[in-house]
Amino acid sequence: MATLFGSGIKRREDPRLITGRATYTDDVKLPGLLHAAVLRSTYAHAKLGKVDVTKAKKAPGVVAVFTGADVKDKLNTVPCAWNVPNCDLKVPPHPLLAIDRVRYVGDGVALVVAESRAAARDALDLIDVDYDALDVVVDPEKATQQGAPELHPEVPGNVAFTWKVAGGDAAKAFAEAPVTVEQRIVQNRLLPTAMEPRAACASYNPGTGQLTLWITSQNPHIHRFLLSVMTKLPEHRIRVIAPEVGGGFGSKIPGYADEALVSFASMQLGRPVKWTEDRSENYKATIHGRDHVEYVAMCGTKDGQITGLRTKVYAGLGGYASTAAPGIPTILHGLMYSGPYTIPNIEGTIYGVYTTTTPVDAYRGAGRPEATFLLERMIDLYARKIGMDPVDVRRKNLIPKDKFPYTVATGITYDSGNYQGALDKALQMFDYKKFRAEQAKARKAGRYLGVGVTTYCEICGLGPSQVAGAVGFGGGLYDSAIVRVYPTGVVRAYIGGKPHGQGEETTFAQIVADEFGIPVENVEVVAGDTEATPQGWGTYGSRTTAVCGSAVKVAAQRVKDKAKKIAAHLLEASEADLEWQDGKFAVKGSPDKGKTFGELALMANVAWNLPPGVEPGLEATAFFDPSNFVYPFGTHICTVDVDPETGEVKILRYIAVDDCGPQINPMIVDGQVHGGVIQGLGEALQEMVVYDEDGQLLTGTMMDYAVPKASQMPKVETAHTVTPSPVNPLGVKGVGETGTIASVPTLVNAVCDALAPLGVSHIDKPLTPARVWAAIQQARAGGGGGGGAK
Amino acid sequence: MTGTCSITLDVNGVTRTAEVEPRDLLVYVLRDQLDLTGTHVGCDTSQCGACTVHMDGRAVKSCTVLALQAEGHAITTIEGLKRDGGLHPLQQAFWEKHGLQCGFCTPGMIMTAADLLATNPKPTEAEIRHALAGNLCRCTGYQNIVAAIQAAAAAR
Repeated sequence: MATLFGSGIKRREDPRLITGRATYTDDVKLPGLLHAAVLRSTYAHAKLGKVDVTKAKKAPGVVAVFTGADVKDKLNTVPCAWNVPNCDLKVPPHPLLAIDRVRYVGDGVALVVAESRAAARDALDLIDVDYDALDVVVDPEKATQQGAPELHPEVPGNVAFTWKVAGGDAAKAFAEAPVTVEQRIVQNRLLPTAMEPRAACASYNPGTGQLTLWITSQNPHIHRFLLSVMTKLPEHRIRVIAPEVGGGFGSKIPGYADEALVSFASMQLGRPVKWTEDRSENYKATIHGRDHVEYVAMCGTKDGQITGLRTKVYAGLGGYASTAAPGIPTILHGLMYSGPYTIPNIEGTIYGVYTTTTPVDAYRGAGRPEATFLLERMIDLYARKIGMDPVDVRRKNLIPKDKFPYTVATGITYDSGNYQGALDKALQMFDYKKFRAEQAKARKAGRYLGVGVTTYCEICGLGPSQVAGAVGFGGGLYDSAIVRVYPTGVVRAYIGGKPHGQGEETTFAQIVADEFGIPVENVEVVAGDTEATPQGWGTYGSRTTAVCGSAVKVAAQRVKDKAKKIAAHLLEASEADLEWQDGKFAVKGSPDKGKTFGELALMANVAWNLPPGVEPGLEATAFFDPSNFVYPFGTHICTVDVDPETGEVKILRYIAVDDCGPQINPMIVDGQVHGGVIQGLGEALQEMVVYDEDGQLLTGTMMDYAVPKASQMPKVETAHTVTPSPVNPLGVKGVGETGTIASVPTLVNAVCDALAPLGVSHIDKPLTPARVWAAIQQARAGGGGGGGAK
Repeated sequence: MTGTCSITLDVNGVTRTAEVEPRDLLVYVLRDQLDLTGTHVGCDTSQCGACTVHMDGRAVKSCTVLALQAEGHAITTIEGLKRDGGLHPLQQAFWEKHGLQCGFCTPGMIMTAADLLATNPKPTEAEIRHALAGNLCRCTGYQNIVAAIQAAAAAR
């Protein structure tokens, strides 16, 4: 049988999705179901006075109304679960419903439960709230300045943490370097915009004391734990089911107040309660991403050797510290400052800052896009300053392929890589020299073409649990699988991860089917139900294939080891004399005499004739904890044509060469790259959260927030190199986030390259026509665009 | 808003009735009363297109149609798109070309694409991308959605 690993077979998930037969959380219906709606603060920052729910309680169909005062003694606050050490982290309490103060537009104030969705919504309008407005601050840098309004009494100056990373001697490097470039960079705040909004449906049975919660979750086991903390219900009485989940991009990792509130309502009322946010609620009440103000400096020699990098970063956290928020701009950002380069001296200071805005947490790439962007942007500025081709500068500084495992100045060790190989492949596909010639010709004709080349690497496949503990992550980062073989030889794999679009129901079935030599149709992968699946840590950080997939592989190998024992017994041979060939165990040299996987499955399950000491049944559980993170890498190239009169950016070509190790399903890998690149181009070109001076969210609906459309986006040309990782049995690395990590600087560098002759050195993203046009005008007036390299 | 009235409409070839308030949107009647949950709600401003269904053969956003307006009309949802018990060519093509990931936008995408191919059987790539202006996808980057629609058009 041909191996399934490496085959782009169609997805097992799709038949239900293309026929409308999938069940998402909002599709769940239960007898006696009630509907909840959350009253959200219309003020960004205010003292909360009386919340008068008298009229709402009397409204038709309303069953109950809860305020902060009603729940504060019965429920705990929303926990922050990534307590990064050595940074004086301050996490003030985050009540499930506001008690005496609201801290962002969207902060929950009251929960209405009614017989219908419409009745619950109608009743929100009948709640009278006294707000006493306070000053607001939405910019993380300004929030740290003297006189800025303070959000939390226990956090003077709004600084939640000051985290430092250092390696080598940056002060000396900068003092001695002949060339230094500096740039202020703004990482625009983004809305994750999973197409399915968040939802939760809770059903508490007072007779059993059990709570079942259907929820839009990337990590049901983490949600079970967080829900247990918030509701005070013991973990073993809670069943979390994440059914079909319509995208997450990080926004369905955190624990939110909402799921605890509907659970509480169900426990109080003895009836099931469902809440589904609408999109404008999603934009206010679901986490945002990015939001950094960065001051970055890079130094080096006149011939392109980078000797140092220094950063000072103000990372916005929003009104409260969301579940993983402190770890994003620190562990997942600052530790990646070396990128794929041998930068010997690095120093970074990251301030986590509370602002009167929606909480910020992991958004696709989470910290790594920001690190890659600042690094790649600085390299282009440096290359321009020393008059060297930016590709040559990159090549000169890439970690050589024979130096792995390689420990960078920030202290982390990269598993494997061949960065030059990916760069060579991309340049080959693109013909860089030819483009430079065309560009020169076009410039003479008044056309502004540009090219951006990014060489990146990133940290994913999170990760060793010991490291998780050391960096304050409030959980493990292993993952798990049960591989269960039925008497008829068909298989179910129950996994700890929770795919929500990434296709692991297919790729993991490929792993299992290969191991057992059976058709892929004979394997089902089950995820998302804590009642069925072993403890796992979820799908994020491009970890599911590397970590959970490895657990599947190990569990399948254990099953096969047992099957071999049974085969040896039945064939009256020694295990050492058996070999696995064409889906059966046979005695070496007599391939006709063998036992197929199906026969062994039956014999193991009926247990009529097992070897001494072997238990009946054929299943195994594996918990796989990797020895290191994985570090995928690649080269992305983008060319653009910028209209200097309108500032409009037209993408001519986009090439993505990524190395995620061996690919289980190349079709799915390419799909991940396509989606990630386009999401990154959204960040680079058009997406940005805008708050006004009162802290009102101006980009509060899909009418105002520019999610990329089909007509706005290019085709992505994909290619790959294959460098296996030594840290897991599949050799795989993650590919879910590479697109958003690599594409943003690639596009921005291309535009800045195009406009170099006009004197533009930097433009803050998103590169909307208005911003590009303004940068051109400013540069023509002698200002170097949105801020020049010194 | 307590008054309701009864409407009758043809849904996927079957006559259905529903009790609706004047303000009820078609999408909620389909989902909540008629149990056709394949049609999704992804926004509240008619941008995302996840709720796209056919009314008398043309694509409409069912979040922007009052249920009362559908009285007497023929509605086709993703559940009713199957051909002769098998997959519609577009459903097949989305599957073949990996035109979906999380699947939430997919029913609306397919319904919009079906309308496009009904009026423009051999669209160019630019025409396909333009026709999808009212359907948002956050997972696929659209590339394989476009490829799927091209494949379905070629197979006609």
